[in-house]
Amino acid sequence: MEQGANAASDVIARARKVAREVAAPAAAEVDREARFPKEAIEAQRKERLLGAFVPTELGGLGCGMTTLAAICEAFGSACGATGLITAMHHIQVACIVRHGGDSPYFRKYLQELCDKQLLIASATSEVGTGGDIRSSVTAVERDGASFVLNKDATTISYGEYADDILVTSRRAPDAPPSDQVLTLVRKADYTLTKTTTWDTLGMRGTCSPGFRLESKGSVDQILPLPFGDIASRTMVPFSHILWAACWLGIATDAVSRARHFVRTEARKKPGTVPPTAIRLAEVINLLQLMRNNVHDAASECESLMKKADGATDELLSIGFAIKINNLKIASSQLVQQIVQGCLGIVGIQGYKNDTRYSMGRHLRDALSASLMIGNDRIYARNASLLLVHKDD
Amino acid sequence: MKDKIREILRQHGRLSKDVDTLPDDGDLYEAGMTSHASVNVMLALEGQFDIEFPDRMLKRSVFQSIASISAAIEELTSGGG
Repeated sequence: MEQGANAASDVIARARKVAREVAAPAAAEVDREARFPKEAIEAQRKERLLGAFVPTELGGLGCGMTTLAAICEAFGSACGATGLITAMHHIQVACIVRHGGDSPYFRKYLQELCDKQLLIASATSEVGTGGDIRSSVTAVERDGASFVLNKDATTISYGEYADDILVTSRRAPDAPPSDQVLTLVRKADYTLTKTTTWDTLGMRGTCSPGFRLESKGSVDQILPLPFGDIASRTMVPFSHILWAACWLGIATDAVSRARHFVRTEARKKPGTVPPTAIRLAEVINLLQLMRNNVHDAASECESLMKKADGATDELLSIGFAIKINNLKIASSQLVQQIVQGCLGIVGIQGYKNDTRYSMGRHLRDALSASLMIGNDRIYARNASLLLVHKDD
Repeated sequence: MKDKIREILRQHGRLSKDVDTLPDDGDLYEAGMTSHASVNVMLALEGQFDIEFPDRMLKRSVFQSIASISAAIEELTSGGG
């Protein structure tokens, strides 16, 4: 599916250009006003980036995981909210590409997605499940060839600005909470009623309040594979890798501000190494660790997914689940540590919100990382898996 | 062996229906077994049958039904594992 190296590097170059020229200049306002980064998403549409993961025969760019990660990193470094929205969109697209590929309905939908550059949001959270996406209260109610699906979502990121939404629910009204399916609902067929607000510390531009979703559609829009399999094979690995790539972007931009600060200090007194330089060496050490972690997971995932059988067994193995969970935990901690270290380097210039060294937005955005799917929940999951994993 | 597996599922599978009503090839995940509960089922099976499931067997398809669990245990206890 991946195009040649030149094509992938061309896509990454286009993403970096949009990130630098469109997303970065708007980042401070997006953060301050907690508004959707519409110009950055519109510019991605013009570059056809929203279909990056869709195979070329359906009109997409045919990119693999490593290219997606580079795109999310580029947007994350310009504007954390844009980076996260970009990541979340590609996670949804990946679920459809990888698990709807054989269905005529979803093939046609993916062509339309590329043609119109549709933005997909996700409604996995629900009032009453305590934050566990692998459990649903609501059920999709089938009636012949059509369905009705209503849900009280605790959060739908960019819900108001999305074209379509992927929704988890129980398979049927008599199914247990863990027997879930994933359904695509189309903009013309759903209504959203805002139930909560989104005035947060960081990631303000993702505009993620709670909504009451009411929708209907045709049963073709329900992905055939159980959501449990879609989650293990695609949603969880894509989420943790692309989120981590976005956080890597945030960390990289913070470090680049700190580097500039230290160089400026050094130029004032050639011959002496400024005291902040050793702290810079320290954060760059952490940044390298984080970058290697993200790139290694993205490459491994891409090569597994390229295998003829889709490497279903490896993607569903406990060893891979533990590794991907560890990527999320480590990256979410590193981004916070790195940004905080950078703030220490630039000092009061970073504490102020209106200098070229400002770190407030980076720090507040970074703080979301350990909370979105709480690290304690993931540690508990790994602790449980390690009881049976042998690693031999 | 299948009776012992059923007993373990009754204790640890947290199924939403009575395990006795489930056929040998019935889907345990559709019957409400969560991935968290499946870890407890794996542990209890390892204890009960004095076996260790190698990592290659620790996947959804092996723990999908009573029949698939039974086949895995047979493979391990017949020395073919």
